[in-house]
Amino acid sequence: MSLAVSAIGQGLLWAVLGVGLYLTFRILDFADMTVEGTFPLGAATAVAAISNGMNPLLATLLAFAIGAIAGFITGLLYTKGHIPILLAGILVMTACYSVNLRIMGRANVSLLGKSTLFKNHFLASLPQYFDSVVLGAVVMIVITTLVIYFLQTELGQGFIATGDNQTMARSLGINTDNMKIRGLMVSNGLIAFGGALVAQNNGYSDVNMGIGIIVIALASIIIGEVAFGDLTLNQRLVAVTLGSILYRFVLLLVLKLGFSANDLNLISSIILAICMMLPVFKNIFNFKHILKRGLDTND
Amino acid sequence: MTKPLLELKNVVLKVNRNTPEEITILDHLNLTINAGDFITVLGSNGAGKSTLFNAIGGDLSIDSGQILLNGKDISHDSVEKRTSFLGRVFQDPKLGTAPRMTVAENLLLAERRGQRRGLIPRNLNRHMAHYKELTATMHNGLDERLTTATGNLSGGQRQALSFLMATLKRPEILLLDEHTAALDPRTGQDLMHLTNERVSQDNLTCLMITHHMEDALTYGNRLIVLHHGKVTYDVAGDKKQALTSEQLYSFFAEIE
Repeated sequence: MSLAVSAIGQGLLWAVLGVGLYLTFRILDFADMTVEGTFPLGAATAVAAISNGMNPLLATLLAFAIGAIAGFITGLLYTKGHIPILLAGILVMTACYSVNLRIMGRANVSLLGKSTLFKNHFLASLPQYFDSVVLGAVVMIVITTLVIYFLQTELGQGFIATGDNQTMARSLGINTDNMKIRGLMVSNGLIAFGGALVAQNNGYSDVNMGIGIIVIALASIIIGEVAFGDLTLNQRLVAVTLGSILYRFVLLLVLKLGFSANDLNLISSIILAICMMLPVFKNIFNFKHILKRGLDTND
Repeated sequence: MTKPLLELKNVVLKVNRNTPEEITILDHLNLTINAGDFITVLGSNGAGKSTLFNAIGGDLSIDSGQILLNGKDISHDSVEKRTSFLGRVFQDPKLGTAPRMTVAENLLLAERRGQRRGLIPRNLNRHMAHYKELTATMHNGLDERLTTATGNLSGGQRQALSFLMATLKRPEILLLDEHTAALDPRTGQDLMHLTNERVSQDNLTCLMITHHMEDALTYGNRLIVLHHGKVTYDVAGDKKQALTSEQLYSFFAEIE
């Protein structure tokens, strides 16, 4: 029971990453590697700020802002510098590693004895693991609502059009460069925000905690889509959170099967690869089905 | 009627600048477009027709010369800024519409062409009745598919939608780049008729590139021919009406 609650809580906290990546991966239609750097950047920023006595909520918002700056740099390299997005993301991600070490002063900083978002009277009074469920749910409801509202505004529609058909968007007067930069800023801001939440939940920040983040964020998007089928854009954003929770249950199952936590990156990649290849498998199976039926009628 | 709306003065445009492959596409091109002109643009491949449109639209920056709109120099205005007066339909139906957005959403995007887009709710439902009416004028079933993603429409429907989007907010200049070329002959002709209807009804100023000699003669009040980046032929009014395809063919044979 407590394991299931823990999985739901973790799923909710990590779902921020899925929604953040959704803005670039699904709407702007490119893979932004910056997130592997902005996740630990958010964690480092929040932990360093809290260690220096900043209010945890302010520290988490500061993490969002710093993440947005990293996204801004990727956006500039991509749109104004004409560096391919994959490489622009990798450049900023690599640079973030050094920045994170500078911010933290060493590779690993603990929040032991420090105040965090989880250490207020209300959350501390809840049974074990329920603190992350409650905080994660509040965060996800607020963020998902804001993103859905934004996508229904005139600006949001221009943002969607930018990813959908850049030529058309430009011919309608939408500044596609600005849209991409803003999208990368919000996306990386959210990822850093997620990093700040996870670090406070774990009680520490580690410079290597960004490895494989893009796979985890993609997993919540893809699992959500695979599990719930044909959905509207707004429904798909909600499905990201559910996908993130499902993913945590899959990991739980994998650990129960006897794999070690060190195997999780390998397993995550395999799960994601399988989910992304599902349409291909489907075609193969349909083909067999058609072939079989064709042979049957010939007999 | 004869007030110049858009003037291109000595426009030079080169590609592959400062490389051995430098080519001059527009070569001291001069063109004055009057308000209400419906100009058909002819010319062989590489004559600079599409480049002319891209120079007007700002996709390509010009090397020298001037582009004036109502007497104001817009040569260095950005693409986004120029869209406030410009409506465009491209040859490829895929270029004019956003495939994952619905027909109505595409129209709503077009309604704010060249205007600031803020964080205000889009209010799609308020426009639906109007869009239904508007798409019904296309007579191709588009009005039944307002909530369909445009990626699922036929090429003809997509191109009709592109045309509606370009004219929804009245453009001061409408650029049609072979917008019926990718369609089957019948659908293409339907769209051509609708185009003519809309352009004359709304008294739009329009440039239309075409490879159909017949269309170039039938439609519009003025016909120009581009050759090696210059306007080499320019007839309007009665002289254009009197022009025959034989005369045009012999003209083309001469310049080639």
